[in-house]
Amino acid sequence: MSSLKEVTDANFEQEVLSSGKTVIVDFWAEWCGPCRRVGPILEQIAVENSDKIEVVKLNVDDNPQTAAKYHITSIPAMKVYQGGEVVKSVIGAKPKPALESELAAFLA
Amino acid sequence: MNQMIIIGSGPAGYTAAIYAARAGLAPLVIASSVEVGGELMNTTEVENFPGFPEGIMGPELMEKMQAQAERFDATVIYEDVTSVDLSGEVKKVTLGSGEVHEALSVIVATGSAYRKLGIEHEDRLSGYGISWCATCDGAFFRKHEIAVVGGGDSAMEEANFLTRFADKVYLIHRRDTFRASKIMQDRSKENPKIEILYNSEVSAIHGDTQLSGLTLRDTLTGEERELEVTGLFVAIGNDPRVHLFHGQLDLTVEGTIAVDGRSSKTNLEGVFAAGDVIDPTYRQAVTAAASGTVAALDAEHYLASLPEALLQQATGAVDEGSAPASGSTLDPDGELVSLSDARS
Repeated sequence: MSSLKEVTDANFEQEVLSSGKTVIVDFWAEWCGPCRRVGPILEQIAVENSDKIEVVKLNVDDNPQTAAKYHITSIPAMKVYQGGEVVKSVIGAKPKPALESELAAFLA
Repeated sequence: MNQMIIIGSGPAGYTAAIYAARAGLAPLVIASSVEVGGELMNTTEVENFPGFPEGIMGPELMEKMQAQAERFDATVIYEDVTSVDLSGEVKKVTLGSGEVHEALSVIVATGSAYRKLGIEHEDRLSGYGISWCATCDGAFFRKHEIAVVGGGDSAMEEANFLTRFADKVYLIHRRDTFRASKIMQDRSKENPKIEILYNSEVSAIHGDTQLSGLTLRDTLTGEERELEVTGLFVAIGNDPRVHLFHGQLDLTVEGTIAVDGRSSKTNLEGVFAAGDVIDPTYRQAVTAAASGTVAALDAEHYLASLPEALLQQATGAVDEGSAPASGSTLDPDGELVSLSDARS
């Protein structure tokens, strides 16, 4: 089981858009194999950088409104939110070093 | 040091692991961090793997292969190989974590990677309408009109799968005949949601933040037309994944790793290759599995020819990569010894 908080259509505004922190949202689904691979990597990144970022998950099947709003057409998709805006998108499962370098600006 | 390292975790890698593990070689399988199980992880129903008369889901088949390898003492780690040094008697494999693993033999089963169209905007719109994985992304195209490009079994499978979601799927193919198997072709031709566009190729991709359409060129007349689609699934084949081995392993003109005849022997002693990375032609789960078997048997034979003193160093598969940071490890009697002692 994932240790990451699940956000929903209902609380996305409050948990992500209005958050004072940098929030990385992992858009995922149960049936997506690559999502299951990248999940544990994101958990590690979340733990190792807990002072700088928060990582949450959004199940695209259960929360279609948010997935549609952010034009998710490929998962896993990881979007970085600051002050309610998407400041970075990463698409596709990547090894930890690759993800870390993509997200480097937010982990430093 | 390990007796054997297997790089890759598709049917070739896992079958090699099953054979090697049953031979008591305790292989270390480096399965990658995000592509564990290989290409079949992205497929749905596999209907042509013998022994499963009702078909089996690709991911389930791969989990079973992994379980079978682990049952016989193969160790599977979810890491990526970043470089290899295969020249000497002792092969060195470096992981993304920086760890270096050594082995007396290496089986390369790295498979192949999706081929790109090589058209402007393809990378920029990847994940924004352009996809290589229908099972991953198909559900986002409910009620959309989308396209699949390709003419092989994977293109047919994707097109059929995508009709579960999309209202219309255009199947774009360069020629007027498909290389896909007859049963897959028939399914596509009979599917009322699929429209096949023969003698067509994608010449341009359009879209600002999302894919909005394609320009298609008629391969016979050169005439161009626009096609409005919100999704494009690319299934035009794969290229062998050989970048780690450039300058060390000989390649064929097709870009696959060159092996000696029907064996798995590469140009380097103790290095074997199996599966799609050596196969430009067949590329099936079953042929990859068979190829993995060949590699395991070849490697076993090679290991048996090595001097006893060298094998002694590897027996028990003392693995410095995962050894405690103190530089110590447990010897077979359970006593803590220093690594340098264990290797002497």
